[in-house]
Amino acid sequence: MEHVPLQYSLALSAILFSIGVAGVIIRRNAIVLFMCIELMLNAVNLAFVSLSPYAGVQGQVFVFFVIAVAAAEAAVGLAIIISVFRHSESVDIKNFSLLRW
Amino acid sequence: MLTQILFFFFAACAIGSAVMVISRKNPVSSALWLIGTFFSLAAIYTLLGAFFIGIVQILVYAGAIMVLFLFVIMLLNLGNDYEVDIRGTGWKIMAGGAALVMIALLGRMFTGLPPTGVGAEVGHAALAAQTAERGTVGLIGIPMYQEYVVPLQATAMLLLIAVVGAVALAKRKI
Repeated sequence: MEHVPLQYSLALSAILFSIGVAGVIIRRNAIVLFMCIELMLNAVNLAFVSLSPYAGVQGQVFVFFVIAVAAAEAAVGLAIIISVFRHSESVDIKNFSLLRW
Repeated sequence: MLTQILFFFFAACAIGSAVMVISRKNPVSSALWLIGTFFSLAAIYTLLGAFFIGIVQILVYAGAIMVLFLFVIMLLNLGNDYEVDIRGTGWKIMAGGAALVMIALLGRMFTGLPPTGVGAEVGHAALAAQTAERGTVGLIGIPMYQEYVVPLQATAMLLLIAVVGAVALAKRKI
């Protein structure tokens, strides 16, 4: 079976990462911000997987650790969002500026 | 040829759904489009030869993590009376600039990447041989439980601490 050239999959990874960065900047809803972070983590996973034929199978092992860390991050982050929502009745980050100067 | 056509199809699906994720006003539709991105990426992992990663992507990301997101959105009742949360034009221009800078930086880094000692043909053949020798799961499982035992245990500790922390944070009174 022929394979996908490395440049294409790395380019897709870069584009998805940039879309995630743009999303973090333009959105104010904390939950959508988390989704954009998941998007960026997926872009990194794609780079790992597409480099794994060249650099060894370790890339695919690291993807597992990234997925586990993403799951932990989503659980803790959403718990924080729930407790902030209880406090201020909103998930908009303009209401979360308590720790900003 | 078929592989490349499929790759381009799923890449277009992934990019289109990712753009929809950041441009939909309703958080529920953002979450559903994000599931579309995850499914397209799972197909792309399969095309790249990482079959087990593709399945885990569907099970863990599109299954578990997105259920968590949708559960929180519906628990907080954000699907009905959401406020529009997309920032104004200045922020959009800034976001576009940041995305362009990021693409340029990553493109610079990826093209500067040496093509590595192993060529494309040799690397893919070696990966296919390893898959044939150890099986699709063993390809990842054997290195994970032999060379990467300590990171695996650390990840297990991290997950345990995260679960305890999530319960402690979300509980009203401990």
